[in-house]
Amino acid sequence: MLILITYDVSTSSAEGRRRLTRVSKKCLDYGQRVQNSVFECILDTTQFRRLKYELEELIDTEKDSLRFYNLGDKYKTKVEHLGIKHSYDMEGPLIL
Amino acid sequence: MRKLLNTLFVTTQDAYLSLDGENIVVKNEEETLGRYPLHNLEAVCTFGYAGASPALMGACAARNISLTFLTRNGRFLARVIGEDRGNVVLRKEQYRISDNERRSALVARNIIVGKLYNSKWILERATRDYPLRIDVDRMKRVTASLSETMKLVRNVEDLGILRGLEGTAAVQYNSVFDDLILQQKEHFSFRGRSKRPPLDNVNALLSFAYTLLANDMKAALEAVGLDAYVGFLHRDRPGRASLALDLMEELRGVYADRLVLSLINKRIINSKGFHKKENGAVIMDEDTRKQVLKAWQERKQEKIIHPYLHEKISWGLVPYAQALLLARFIRGDLDEYPPFLWK
Repeated sequence: MLILITYDVSTSSAEGRRRLTRVSKKCLDYGQRVQNSVFECILDTTQFRRLKYELEELIDTEKDSLRFYNLGDKYKTKVEHLGIKHSYDMEGPLIL
Repeated sequence: MRKLLNTLFVTTQDAYLSLDGENIVVKNEEETLGRYPLHNLEAVCTFGYAGASPALMGACAARNISLTFLTRNGRFLARVIGEDRGNVVLRKEQYRISDNERRSALVARNIIVGKLYNSKWILERATRDYPLRIDVDRMKRVTASLSETMKLVRNVEDLGILRGLEGTAAVQYNSVFDDLILQQKEHFSFRGRSKRPPLDNVNALLSFAYTLLANDMKAALEAVGLDAYVGFLHRDRPGRASLALDLMEELRGVYADRLVLSLINKRIINSKGFHKKENGAVIMDEDTRKQVLKAWQERKQEKIIHPYLHEKISWGLVPYAQALLLARFIRGDLDEYPPFLWK
């Protein structure tokens, strides 16, 4: 299934900026960055749970926020893209 | 049944593959061509010569992702194998069967029955679909004799005889294979199999498709814990993945030949993409190779009902399903190895 992750991490302190890098690195481990703080990840239920847990450990719930959108398996009809920064289709042929 | 994950093909010559966190990163000079999370991948096939980092090789081996190096022209070079997986007891039993000619023959004959059945089906289906364009009588004669051979094979317990029967059946199948090519006849005709190097366009396509299938088969056998190098029909030879070649026999036709035929017949590829070298070898250009890979990947995504398991799986998981069934037979859970009988 496709999970869309967005986050807001407060960068007012050095600690916050460190959290931001960690969160974005973690998201990158699981999927592709489609916009600055927006990630698309193709995950199964277990992987999704693990990612959610790992991210929860990283953020400061007092200052930051995380949102997960579950777009399911038939996500291809649900996503439309306009403008620059085209993403790749993780489930289509991958030929470089 | 597990989910079929994606395969990454790297055809850029100078691309270097490395690991970053949980991602595979493909770089050309300093430019990043792609970055993909490893958990979405089943296999990586690279046609470049810049190579891959040891860290990535280790990560792939640990996650059971097959990493294969091929030459520019798609010939197999090397594969990264990590620590052995699965069960020693299973592998030892595999060796015992392989050492015993009669027990090997009992597995091998089922594989050949599968191969003959599938070849026959390909020909019959073509006769049914294009009765006006195909020499129906000739086709009928070949399918009838394939059925005869199949009946004989069922009772053979000797590897030598089996190979003989398989050989004659292959000659017959090849004798009408050219009839299945319905378009672009002037550039694509089949006059017999040539390999290392392939000497015409059709053989170049077939060789390439067989290499891809062999890689999938090897990875599947290792995933279930079998040794891809110890075969039953194909005997041991250093560096030859005999068991993968064994199991490929039943899939060559339905998996590779049919894809090659549809690439030609649907005009997805054309003769411009092929070049002859001085020594007569035919090679494909990069675009054509990409077209083949794309078609190969799309075919792997298509869903079928597995004829033995009665389960809906993608074509790409068929090698894995057959490896699983073979492991079950070796383990003693099944009385016989059930070949893939497609219709």
